Amino acid sequence: MKLQRIFISIFLTLFFSTAAHAEKITIAAAADLKFAMDEIITGFKQEHPGNELNVTYGSSGKFHTQIKNGAPFDIYFSADIAYPRELAKAGMAASEVKPYAVGRIVLWSNSLNATKMTLANLSDPKITKIAIANPKHAPYGKRAEEALKASGLWDKLQAKFVFGENIAQTAQYVQSGNAQIGIIALSLAVNPELAKKGGYYLIPDKLHNPLEQGFIITKLGANKPLVKKFADYMGSKKARSIMTRYGFVLPGETASK
Amino acid sequence: MILSDGDLQAIWLTLRLAGVVTAILLLIGTPVAWWLAHSRSWFKGLVGAVVALPLVLPPSVLGFYLLLAMGPNGPVGDLTKALGIETLPFTFWGLVVASVFYSFPFMVQPLQNAFEAIGERPLQVAATLGASKLDAFFSVALPLSRRGFMTASILTFAHTVGEFGVVLMIGGNIPGVTRVASVQIYDHVEALEYSQAHRMAAIMLAFSFLVLLALYLWRSDNRKRD
Repeated sequence: MKLQRIFISIFLTLFFSTAAHAEKITIAAAADLKFAMDEIITGFKQEHPGNELNVTYGSSGKFHTQIKNGAPFDIYFSADIAYPRELAKAGMAASEVKPYAVGRIVLWSNSLNATKMTLANLSDPKITKIAIANPKHAPYGKRAEEALKASGLWDKLQAKFVFGENIAQTAQYVQSGNAQIGIIALSLAVNPELAKKGGYYLIPDKLHNPLEQGFIITKLGANKPLVKKFADYMGSKKARSIMTRYGFVLPGETASK
Repeated sequence: MILSDGDLQAIWLTLRLAGVVTAILLLIGTPVAWWLAHSRSWFKGLVGAVVALPLVLPPSVLGFYLLLAMGPNGPVGDLTKALGIETLPFTFWGLVVASVFYSFPFMVQPLQNAFEAIGERPLQVAATLGASKLDAFFSVALPLSRRGFMTASILTFAHTVGEFGVVLMIGGNIPGVTRVASVQIYDHVEALEYSQAHRMAAIMLAFSFLVLLALYLWRSDNRKRD
């Protein structure tokens, strides 16, 4: 009898538990935003306490597919502006496509001194594994491929490549020592956790197309005031300074490096 | 041909991986299953639990530990370095090692059941007839448990074909080396190539269904004859 009651109460809690939040929004963000977005969300929460913001980081291409198939994201930050543009074209956006940053790629290692390297050093026979994001669907991987092709290295290095599912996994392949070096997002390489070992070399952006990044509010997020507030917050001084600190070039600004 | 070269390469790689893993597990899994079936040691529960772990562990746990252990800073990495071979992640043999762990219970458990079903009696009879333990295993136990071997091999093979999470974490998605069919499908979906994804996914579905159908038909057929 007693046991029954316990089971029923567990059951009810599992199925009907809801937190008492003023508002709750769900954010899909490209993996390169991992560290910057965490800080931005913390700042936003301080200004709008009592709300719940859930963020999922992953590959931009996957989010695109998921949102197209009804995934419950209110706002979508893509590392490649082409994805949200396509969603907008398909009538699945509730806002215009807003550019929010331009990303940069770097050569990063935690066992070699990448600060003294250039792409040409990748041909060194001592380097046997180079991690890049999958160029087939990860924006940072596409730019890495372009830069290596522009340098005439792509074909030569074929046998050394290992492909990360997104830019964060690519960094993790290097961090765990399984690849000696990788091409990752500057926004990840400047994070203290990754920066404390080794260093990075900024790959000249004339070697690849710009990594223009954009976001949209999805149909689902259309009527949520908090989503609108968060979208506006991205343009605030505070959010912009966080983005700049993580190496992003912002719309309306020119690259400082 | 409706499949691209990349697709065919991924399918061939998957079959090769599953074949190698099944062969290795037959060699490793058989003695373990035999011991589990006959041991009365308290230790048996512990080994049984460890063998069953991959059934309940998320592939991400297995993938994470394997990536660290087999990397240049891990214990397995030290071993491979000492042996003068390259580190295992991002290689075919790395996938083999991972799959051997991942598919272990699928080999051991059916075999253990088969060995237990034989019971002690036929082995005792063989012993009184002067057969050594090894002889009794090969000429009595093995033929009596051939159904168990069939089931175990098919399940191991099929389960390895169906692997995804672990491969994604330690494979590095290298064409012809670690890009297996499940990862190839994932890539097609990510790149919005739905028609290619559909073709391969349909093949995987048909393959898995046919394998299981054959297994179940064969099993019920056998049961009727017994």
